[in-house]
Amino acid sequence: MNLTLKIWRQPDAATTGSMHTYEVDDVSEDMSFLEMLDVLNEQLNAKGEEPIAFDSDCREGICGMCGLMINGEAHGPVTTTTCQLHMRSFTDGETITIEPWRSDAFPVVKDLVVDRGAFDRIIQQGGFISVNTGSAPEAHAVPVPRDDAMRAFNVATCIGCGACVAACPNGSASLFIGAKITHLGELPQGQPERDSRVVNMVAQHDHEGFGGCTNIGECAAACPKEIPLDVISQLNKDLRTAIRHGH
Amino acid sequence: MTGVAIQNSGTTLVKGARATQSTIFLKILMAVSGAVFIGFVLLHMYGNLRAFWGHDAYDAYARGLRTFGTPDLPFGGLLWIIRTVLIVALVVHVYAAAALWKRAKRARTIQYQVKKHTGAIFASRLMRWGGVTLLLFIIWHLLEFTIVKVQVNGGSPGSDRHDPYYLLVDSFNTWWLTVIYLVAMAMLGAHLHHGIWSATQTLGLTGSERTRKLAKRTAFTLAVVIAGGFSIVPIFVLFHVITKTS
Repeated sequence: MNLTLKIWRQPDAATTGSMHTYEVDDVSEDMSFLEMLDVLNEQLNAKGEEPIAFDSDCREGICGMCGLMINGEAHGPVTTTTCQLHMRSFTDGETITIEPWRSDAFPVVKDLVVDRGAFDRIIQQGGFISVNTGSAPEAHAVPVPRDDAMRAFNVATCIGCGACVAACPNGSASLFIGAKITHLGELPQGQPERDSRVVNMVAQHDHEGFGGCTNIGECAAACPKEIPLDVISQLNKDLRTAIRHGH
Repeated sequence: MTGVAIQNSGTTLVKGARATQSTIFLKILMAVSGAVFIGFVLLHMYGNLRAFWGHDAYDAYARGLRTFGTPDLPFGGLLWIIRTVLIVALVVHVYAAAALWKRAKRARTIQYQVKKHTGAIFASRLMRWGGVTLLLFIIWHLLEFTIVKVQVNGGSPGSDRHDPYYLLVDSFNTWWLTVIYLVAMAMLGAHLHHGIWSATQTLGLTGSERTRKLAKRTAFTLAVVIAGGFSIVPIFVLFHVITKTS
């Protein structure tokens, strides 16, 4: 298949970027989206042009590094990560617009690469539990009800890719924080720091410049891990509880 | 890849965080003040529907609102209590909305060239400008029926503009005024459709798939009932089902 690509090029954070148009021919529909970009970069290299910078790491949908806005949808038209999106999801002759995540809290580093350090700082504020390390405790010492464990597991699949922020009209990271709050809040080990976790993570979120949630739901539709909107309700409930406890 | 310096945005870790200074607290204010309005529009709609019982029932209700609780309350006392609560709710609602709107604008200063809105209902993207429209409508509505009691058609012979029922019938016999009200009610319906669901989510009541679906269904039903309930009175006046003699 032959494609026309409109791609955001920006040499560095300080320079203003713009859209550039490229033609890629003989793309196999079995290629992943990133492999297609690899082919384009080989062509650019051969011509002596600067290849397009984009993030990727595991290329199997579990690390959260790759994230592109493809035709106005985070990670493209299929509910998966950009690396697991295949060219069979597009048609021959199609024009595909590729942009970086747009969020002032995720500044563009180069071309399609953004700095998601804001998520790291939010995690630093409470995306953990404090336990004494040393000999491993007996696994059955702390029983966890099955439904709680399942909910925690389901939302722990969040890979922090930032698609929720990219899709949100308000540029909010509420789905991300909601996933972390729910994941740790469902488990007994997460209880001691439950109140301070939600207050500190939300404060960092606001400080980073993410917008406020208005429950539109584009985040959950864009999430490659299908984190449901319920986690934002949980987030709100935990914050309300923290207020009641005097935080 | 060489030559790519990771930019340190210089953002620091927050110390001494307070829950009441968060965006979620603003949303809670939004939800609680919105809930006051939901209660109000239901009560207001009930009052309007009394027009189907004719002149005397409608005016008796209007008088009843003023004489409620007398002599313990002064004449119009209940109305002023309600008005005070509504004004406070309005100030809170508008303040929280403006603060969140400003934040959202700052959160994405460079827009996408192409953006789809997968997963969003149209009403959810209409909240801010729809809210501004409703505010303008409410100002006109108060001028027309409460503060000035405007008779847009100059008033028909023998009708007193201080008689609520006559003012109602005279107003909605004017077709363009009825159209303005119907457009406003469509806006109100859209605002409630997303707003009621959003309030339940903000208050943390929708922590499962079942409760989320229930909240969305309830929001839609209430929006249709309220927007529809308000709309049928002007429509029935325009088509002369509700008349001055009924």
